[in-house]
Amino acid sequence: MRYLLNHLDSAGQLTLIHLRLSLIPVLLGLLIAVPLGALVWRRPALRRLTTLSASIIFTIPSLALFVVLPLIIPTRILDEANVIVALTLYTTALLVRAVPEALDAVPGHVRDAATAVGYTRVGQLLKVELPLSIPVLVAGLRVVAVTNISMVAVGSVIGIGGLGTWFTEGYQSDKSDQIVAGIIAIFVLAIVIDVLILLAGRTITPWARVKAAR
Amino acid sequence: MSFLHEALAYIFSAENWAGKAGLGARILEHLQYTGVAVAVSALIAIPVGLIIGHTGRGSFLVVTAVNALRALPTLGVLLLGVLLWGLGLLPPTVALMLLGIPPLLAGTYAGIANVDPKIVDAARSMGMTERRILTRVEMPNAMPLILGGLRTATLQIVATATVAAYASLGGLGRYLIDGIKVREFSLALVGALLVTALALVLDGLLALAVWASVPGTGRLRRRLPQPLLDDEVRLDTEPSGQGPAARDPSLTVEGW
Repeated sequence: MRYLLNHLDSAGQLTLIHLRLSLIPVLLGLLIAVPLGALVWRRPALRRLTTLSASIIFTIPSLALFVVLPLIIPTRILDEANVIVALTLYTTALLVRAVPEALDAVPGHVRDAATAVGYTRVGQLLKVELPLSIPVLVAGLRVVAVTNISMVAVGSVIGIGGLGTWFTEGYQSDKSDQIVAGIIAIFVLAIVIDVLILLAGRTITPWARVKAAR
Repeated sequence: MSFLHEALAYIFSAENWAGKAGLGARILEHLQYTGVAVAVSALIAIPVGLIIGHTGRGSFLVVTAVNALRALPTLGVLLLGVLLWGLGLLPPTVALMLLGIPPLLAGTYAGIANVDPKIVDAARSMGMTERRILTRVEMPNAMPLILGGLRTATLQIVATATVAAYASLGGLGRYLIDGIKVREFSLALVGALLVTALALVLDGLLALAVWASVPGTGRLRRRLPQPLLDDEVRLDTEPSGQGPAARDPSLTVEGW
C-alpha cells in the first residue's frame, strides 16, 4: 500500500498505458462487432461461419497471439499496435457472437409492433432491435474490458507495458510490496471500469429502469 | 515466414520431444498445472454454485465473487505467491483458480437456478428429498451450463498457465517466455503454437462433452430402461430383509 502511495506518479503513467492498451480494443471491437453481428444475423450460413471463426480466435491464448500476430501483420511483438490488434480480435470475437443472440431475443410482439407502425427493416434494426440488445452488449463489454485489463497485465511477462510491469519488476527485485501495489492498482482499475460500463449502460437504456421500478 | 519454418522444424524433430526439458515433458507439466487448477476450482465452485442455485439464497454473493475474482490479476497473484511460498504447485494453482472459479461458479449457479420451477415442484410433490431433487433433477438439467463453465475455466487456465514459466516454473511457457527473453523468435513461436494447439484440443473435447450432456437427448447413455431411476427400482425389488409380500401397501397400512 505504501509503495502505491509513494509511486503515484508512475502509477498514473502506467495506468494510462494500461487503459490505452486494454480499452482502445474494446471500442474498436464494439465498432466492428455490432455491424458485423447485425449483418450476419439473418444469414444462417454467414452467421455459422462467423460464430465458428470467432470461437477459434477466442480459443487462441493471448500470449500466443501476441507472438504469432507479427507473422501475419507488419508489427513487432512489443508494438502497442500489436497488442491493440490482438485484443481487438478477442473483443470482436466475443461480441460478434453476442450481437445476433441479443437480436434473436427481441420479443416477436415488439418486432410486429415496429413493423405495424411502419418501420422499414433497416429502421427497425437501428431504432428498435439494436437498442433493445444493449443490455446483452453491456454484459459482454464488461467481461471483455475486465479480461483485457488482465491480459495486458499478463503481457508484461513478454515486456508489454502497463501496470503489469510492477509485477515483473517486483518479482525480479524480490519486492512483494511492489507486487501487492500492482494487484491493488489493477483490481481497482478493473472494478472502476466495470462499474463505469454498467452505469453507462443504465444511462442509455432508461426503459429498463422503468420496467424494474414497476 | 522463415520463423514459422524454424518453429515447425523444431516441433517436428523427434530429439526435441525427449528428456526432462523436452516438448513432451513441458506439455505434461502444462497439463498438470491446468488439471490441478481446474480440479481445485471445480471442487470449490461447483458445490457452492449448487447450494446457492438450489436454495436461491446468496445469489448476490455469486455476482460479487465472480466480478471481484475476475478483476484480480493472475500474474500478480502468481508472482506474489512465489515470493511468499516459494516455487512449487501452490502458487500457480492459487493464481489460476482466480480464472477457474468465476466461470464455474456462474455456470453452475445459472444452470441450477434456471431449471424450470415446474419440474422441481413436480419432483418435490412426488416426494423426492431436497438432496435427490438436486442430484437427480436439477443437476442433469443444469449439466450443459455446468460443463460450459468448465469449458471456459479450462480454456482460460490452459492459456494462462503459460505465465508459470515466468516464475521459474515449467510448462509450455518456458519456450514462449525464454524465446522472447533470449530473442529467439522461433522458440517463442514453438511455445505459442503448442499452447494454441493444446487449447484448441481441450476446447474441442469439452465442447463435445457439453453437446453430449444436453438432457433428454440420450447422447450420454445407450441403455434405455430409465437409468436415472436405477436405485429407486432396486429399493422396490429388494426391501431390507423382507419379502415382497410384506410391502403390499394394503397390508402395511391396515396392519397398523
